[in-house]
Amino acid sequence: MTDGTVANEGPLVTSDGRPLKQSLQAALKQKRRQAFMLTVPLLAFIFIFFIVPIIAMLWRSVENPEVPNYLPNTVAALQSWDEASGVLPGEDVYAAMVKDLQIGRENRTIGKVGRRLNYEIPGMSSLFKGSSRKAKNMTEAPFKDALIKASKKWEKLDVWQLIKRESGDLTASYYLSAMDLRFTPDGSVAAQPENRQIYIFLFQRTLIMSVVITGLCILLGFPIAYLLATIPMRYAGLLMILVLLPFWTSLLVRTTAWIALLQSQGVINDLLVAIGVVSDDGRLQLIHNKTGTFIAMTHILLPFMILPLYSVMKTIPPSYMRAARSMGATQWWAFYKVYFPLTLSGIGAGTILVFILSIGFYITPALVGGTSGTLISNFIANHVSVTLNWGLAAALGTMLLALVLVLYLIYDKIVGVDNMKMG
Amino acid sequence: MKDLLKKGTALSAVVAGCVLAFSATTTTTASADEACGADVTMTYVSWGGAYSASQQKAYHDPWMAKCPGIKIVNDDSASEGLAKLRAQVEAGNVTWDLVDMEAAQAVTACEEGLAEEIDPDTHLAPAPDGTPASKDFFDGFFVSECYIPQIVYSTTFGYRTDAFGDKKLSSIADVFDLEAFPGKRALEKRPDGNLEWALIADGVPASDVYDVLETEEGVARAFNKLATIKDQVIWWTKGAQPPQLLADGEVVIASAYNGRLFSAIVEKNQPIAMMWQWQVFAIDGWVIPKGTKNKDQVLKYLRFATDTQRLADQAKYISYGPARKSSAPLVGKHADLGIDMGPHMPTAPENAKETLLYNTDWWADNRESFDERFNAWLAK
Amino acid sequence: MVRFEGVQKSYDGEALVVKDLNLDISKGEFVTMLGPSGSGKTTCLMMLAGFEPATYGEIYLEGEPINNVPPHKRGIGMVFQNYALFPHMTIAENLAFPLQVRGMGKAEQEERVKKALEMVELPTLGGRRPAQLSGGQQQRVAVARALVFEPSLILMDEPLGALDKQLREQMQYEIKHIHENLKVTVVYVTHDQAEALTMSDRIAVFNDGVIQQLSSPEDLYERPDNAFVAQFIGENNKLAGTVQEIDKDKVATVKLDSGDVVKAQAVAVNGKGDRTLLSIRPERVAIAPKKLKNTIVLDGTIEELIYLGDHIRTRMSVAGHNDFVVKVPNNSGHHVLKEGEKTTLGWIAEDCRALDYNIYDKDHG
Repeated sequence: MTDGTVANEGPLVTSDGRPLKQSLQAALKQKRRQAFMLTVPLLAFIFIFFIVPIIAMLWRSVENPEVPNYLPNTVAALQSWDEASGVLPGEDVYAAMVKDLQIGRENRTIGKVGRRLNYEIPGMSSLFKGSSRKAKNMTEAPFKDALIKASKKWEKLDVWQLIKRESGDLTASYYLSAMDLRFTPDGSVAAQPENRQIYIFLFQRTLIMSVVITGLCILLGFPIAYLLATIPMRYAGLLMILVLLPFWTSLLVRTTAWIALLQSQGVINDLLVAIGVVSDDGRLQLIHNKTGTFIAMTHILLPFMILPLYSVMKTIPPSYMRAARSMGATQWWAFYKVYFPLTLSGIGAGTILVFILSIGFYITPALVGGTSGTLISNFIANHVSVTLNWGLAAALGTMLLALVLVLYLIYDKIVGVDNMKMG
Repeated sequence: MKDLLKKGTALSAVVAGCVLAFSATTTTTASADEACGADVTMTYVSWGGAYSASQQKAYHDPWMAKCPGIKIVNDDSASEGLAKLRAQVEAGNVTWDLVDMEAAQAVTACEEGLAEEIDPDTHLAPAPDGTPASKDFFDGFFVSECYIPQIVYSTTFGYRTDAFGDKKLSSIADVFDLEAFPGKRALEKRPDGNLEWALIADGVPASDVYDVLETEEGVARAFNKLATIKDQVIWWTKGAQPPQLLADGEVVIASAYNGRLFSAIVEKNQPIAMMWQWQVFAIDGWVIPKGTKNKDQVLKYLRFATDTQRLADQAKYISYGPARKSSAPLVGKHADLGIDMGPHMPTAPENAKETLLYNTDWWADNRESFDERFNAWLAK
Repeated sequence: MVRFEGVQKSYDGEALVVKDLNLDISKGEFVTMLGPSGSGKTTCLMMLAGFEPATYGEIYLEGEPINNVPPHKRGIGMVFQNYALFPHMTIAENLAFPLQVRGMGKAEQEERVKKALEMVELPTLGGRRPAQLSGGQQQRVAVARALVFEPSLILMDEPLGALDKQLREQMQYEIKHIHENLKVTVVYVTHDQAEALTMSDRIAVFNDGVIQQLSSPEDLYERPDNAFVAQFIGENNKLAGTVQEIDKDKVATVKLDSGDVVKAQAVAVNGKGDRTLLSIRPERVAIAPKKLKNTIVLDGTIEELIYLGDHIRTRMSVAGHNDFVVKVPNNSGHHVLKEGEKTTLGWIAEDCRALDYNIYDKDHG
């Protein structure tokens, strides 16, 4: 309905007299509502199993309930203490602390406080455990002397500064740790001692290794995808099975196979020694290091590169190359100018799949990566399941998520997500 | 008044009669109830593999035979036990009844309020000679108020017998001696254990190790000693790895759990020998998840499983030492191979001349800072 | 210009797709390779373009053997079935592609592209992408692209196959005009006989890897050499019979299977006793003809009448065949026919050709 043709006749109406535009809109609205209803289960699913956990993770990385909840009296008493004064808190604070220790021991909550503060200053865990045991018998003032008698650490300024600093409901200390930073006793932010700086380094290593793995996947996947797209169907089926094989083998089987192949007494090294490429003493270290991670992860992630590439290449008719050749282009020029640009959407899709997957990988690097091939996710997993420092795990996870989102936006700017074909 | 009294007596007589009659008809169930607790299915979380199998044979099967109403289901997720336990407790939906844990994890679980407290002398059986449980278990094994020790295992060294000619690995210093004992080593990828060994190999008396580690110079000394073999080390993360690395000839010396080495040497006949000096003792045991619905049944099961005979029985199936002193003399022969298990126990006098008990408290304090430092050291 | 000499082609080493191809195409000619799918026509084109090697034989281009010349050095323009315009380039970039490859200067490239777009009457569309153009426009761009580097030979592989009927006819004339204006040599492949008849100087009819007939559209229609060509080109009535005699003027006396004896031009029969199919075009048959000297007259029954405006398509039973078609012109005062009516029909002996005895199902090539 173009405006020009109906302008003279006024608005069109349907036979019941309603304006045509209005009727059309009503009809479309009905359709839209139906379409939306169909997506409701998925939206609900995504909300419950994706959005909610991410919000929970964000919350976990900043929440700080231990000190305010389990040392309420101390926190209240510390209000009036000036942490920059350089003098220890007064008797009232120590009395409040003794009371909190007694209650905390009763309620079995003092251990949580100790563990929380131990993240910041080593030794706090045993301080709270030991002092709460002794606090049972502290019934009379002066509590200050009694506590200091229980442990010399109660005489230290930085312990009280730490308690006061962490007495809020929110904390930035997990993020600081995740960025190799820490609070100094006076409350300013400083770098961790160099021999404890690890996370930024790991983020960098994770990024670099993911880039290399993605590059390897492109290099190896492109020719295979091309082969798949051009050979007759019956061979392509067989080759496709080989490509998908990594999907169908269990991680344990795969890992065992890699170890048998790659270790220094393994098949590849034996072969190299047998044909004289390396000497028996000079066997190559192909596993338990970066090489192992590269090989194993490229192997696992290769299908994620090949499949989108294949589906894009399948849609490129052979006549394009022929047309280019007939116009005088050499095989190479025709590939470079015509075929390759048309596969970019597939490379883009494969790249983002492989890259994002490899950034989050952790089981494989843990098994074959040794020390130089482990990634940031290994540490997140470690903090979740071994050290139980979920705040730090959440902070690291949030940073990783943010990193992926930023990279995705950059990628969108450069390549354009609309140009991607997932196949 | 008399009437009233009479009436009262009559009434109580009737009541007593009813009670008697009732108890007479339900005697069997009542006593089974008393011993086993009400019928229930218990979820038992352990490490899987040979270890779970040894528990099945030594504890679960006899207990289920005794208590037909109790069913014990194994869940092999102990390696993520702490995290999953925390998730269950936080969600208020505890489905586990008993979780097998290393001592260090159990300390964390207890501090986080994820485990029920137990009193050894109330809940665990005394030794046959009447020694209360708290005295019968080895000293220091009750690392926290929630922990029920089960076995003692050690992290010790295995080496390939064909790697060094006639020479035998005899001390921790040899592990760090690349000239006399050249070749790759496998060590566990964690600071605990390795730092202690490094210091001992560097001449620190074992009793002073943790004091030395309190100082920055001491830590640097430990890392420097480790650095002397760093480029010859493959770091392992799963217990199955070091015996495999030894068997494949990938490494010539490896730290490993003694039970894994036992299995490689005795059951699989690999050319591997053990070096017990300064083996690090660690404890494995149980915690009861906070808020389990079957606490009564769990406690009854535990009283049975931790008695002197049952703890000794487990050693028939796996070469880990019972946590009770009174169990040691009862350790018999391997259930399949028929060999005497005594000499293979980490606690055997021959093996335990020089041992280091893993200092759970110290590591609870220093875990975070040393993990970061260790990983930073590894990565650079 | 182009010569195929004893060319054979096999893909699998078992069957020949092209059996023994000999073909001469002269400069400026418009030659169409026509045939059902699988007849080998496209394979011939691909061999000429250099995308498929000949298994045996030699192909010459301007007198030079080109079997070992790679496609990009043959200098042949080509238009593909689905145009093969590069979707990631604009129209202008598509057209500039062959010029760029030849290292032509930017200014000259632009000049040529502009001219090419004007030639196909799309002067304003250089900045668009192929997907933004209609099928007909894409077709013109494809033709322009094949011509822009001024090759002396253009190959077209069913270029109009994807267009609707009306557009296809319009494009046929346009391509014909371009051919006439530029005087390039065109080798054109199609399975559409009307298209071939409209456009070509000569048509090579392919079947089963062999050229069945190579001649002008008129000859092909009027004087088919064999039963395949007769049946493939246009509509055709066939009557089965046996040769009784062939005289020295190449007139055969044929006894039809119904017993009637008729005369026909002996084209693809050798002598007495040969089985033959007589071929008569429907428009050459007259109803109730006057009996002249060389007119053949048979009896027939009208089975079905279809009114088509300019003529009435009449299906009759004749000499035992019930699929004999006669086109009765809708002249003023023509004979009004009724279904079931018995009548006579006839044709001039020269219009009836005695061909080989092979029946082809036209629908299935």
